[in-house]
Amino acid sequence: MPETKLTQDLGTFSVLYRILARDIKVALRRQSDVTAVFFFFIIASSLFPLGSGADPKLLSTMAPSVLWVTALLSCMLSLSRMYSSDYADGTLEQIMLSNQPTVLIVLMKILAHWVLSGLPLVFVAPFIGLQFNLSSAELQILAVSLLMGTLALSLIGSIGAALTLGIRGTGVLIAILVLPLYIPVLVFGAGAVNAVSIGMSPNGALTLLGAVLAMALVFAPLASAAALKIALE
Amino acid sequence: MKNLDTKTSINWLKYASPKTFYPLAGKLIPWCVVSAVVLIVYGLYIGLFVAPTDFQQGEGYRIIFVHVPAAWFSMFLYLLMAMYAGLGLVLNARLSYMMATAIAPTGAMFTLVALVTGSLWGKPMWGAWWVWDARLTSELILLFLYIGYFSLQAAIDDKNRADKASAVLALVGAVNVPIIYFSVKWWNTLHQGASVSLMKAPAMATVMLKGMLVMAIGFWLYSIAVILIRVRCEILERDSKAAMFNLGL
Amino acid sequence: MQWHSVNEFLAMGGYAFYVWGSFGITFGCMAFELWLLKKRSQRIAQAVKQEAF
Repeated sequence: MPETKLTQDLGTFSVLYRILARDIKVALRRQSDVTAVFFFFIIASSLFPLGSGADPKLLSTMAPSVLWVTALLSCMLSLSRMYSSDYADGTLEQIMLSNQPTVLIVLMKILAHWVLSGLPLVFVAPFIGLQFNLSSAELQILAVSLLMGTLALSLIGSIGAALTLGIRGTGVLIAILVLPLYIPVLVFGAGAVNAVSIGMSPNGALTLLGAVLAMALVFAPLASAAALKIALE
Repeated sequence: MKNLDTKTSINWLKYASPKTFYPLAGKLIPWCVVSAVVLIVYGLYIGLFVAPTDFQQGEGYRIIFVHVPAAWFSMFLYLLMAMYAGLGLVLNARLSYMMATAIAPTGAMFTLVALVTGSLWGKPMWGAWWVWDARLTSELILLFLYIGYFSLQAAIDDKNRADKASAVLALVGAVNVPIIYFSVKWWNTLHQGASVSLMKAPAMATVMLKGMLVMAIGFWLYSIAVILIRVRCEILERDSKAAMFNLGL
Repeated sequence: MQWHSVNEFLAMGGYAFYVWGSFGITFGCMAFELWLLKKRSQRIAQAVKQEAF
């Protein structure tokens, strides 16, 4: 008997892809949210030279840290958005009630967040890095470290977003919860760029960053799913 | 008629109920307090009178007799708190969550003490109030983790949700503690070099080790007493009927 | 006993501020914790008594 479209069982990957695509589409409708993060990164990183003088040597020394911390804060600013809009209109509950494993749904939402908040930073950071007098080798490693790092930040940040779902005044609370957990990512990410600055290989730091990312990929969706279930009880 | 009630062993499970745990805790507290006082006094005696002057650090090293036990417990209590949090999530036992909540303030207190005494030790030895030593930095981050735990609990009004959410946070934090320590250590060796690692306490004379251990056990008993007192307060606050029963009203 | 006088003991070889400061902070914090718990218990006892009557 030929299957009609109505009775066709949607495969898991198809559903997950739809969640990812939908999240990105919905977030893009509120363009200001997405671009605000982007512009914050640009503006905030410019504050540091203005605060400390334009000595090129000083700038290139502090650039890895400044750019990494600013990227970290930018990611963090957009975390509360990850689940809140879906939570507010009841969509989140509906999605969680579906057959799909919550962990995978959460992973898709995190990826959507990363594509819109983290990935743009990876592309713009090297240009800001030019302002800070970084060499091209440093800029390359900056981009690579941010590529892995921003994904890790979105993953770890989602735990904070899920735990604080629906609580008033979450902005600062998420920061308090999530910043200590961000420290290893910062240490290895900025460390990789610093290594290049002093002429050492960044591979050690990048490998460790990769390890942190791998662990985050495995554990963060689990923890976030648990936190979401608690929030929706 | 045969007496069918032959239960002679204690039914431990009944102590999982806050109502029955309350008097048990009450009985334990005086014992813990007394032994804590005895051991701490003895530890102080060893640390201040028996232990000899250190060759490198003079009398200043005596700070270790409070600094090291405080640091040990700041970490141990965090793990204990995470254990109770995990137990609460798995068994859905109210008392487990209450124990985790009761442990946190004491753990945070010891973290603060470890940081302050660490600074007071560092100033004469290293010449600076604060150094980005791997251990001190990790200890500072541990304090942040405790602060996160308190903040989350305070921000959620629904006690059920507060218990569970902070339990998840405690577990996530516990998993992260070794990662954070390792990353800070790596960062430290890259940026600070060998000079600061001189702080590894030199091969310790047996007497000094004994003093630290005695103080540590004293701190452990103090912690148990304080945590039990606090969990009793928590039990009374959450259920006023149980409170009236337990206070004999 | 290695201290030849009370003054020597209190001076702690010049490190008095650091050593006594550390011990002071440690036991001060522990005493403070106990005091806070005492206040908390008293508050609860009062509140429960009020509810009972």
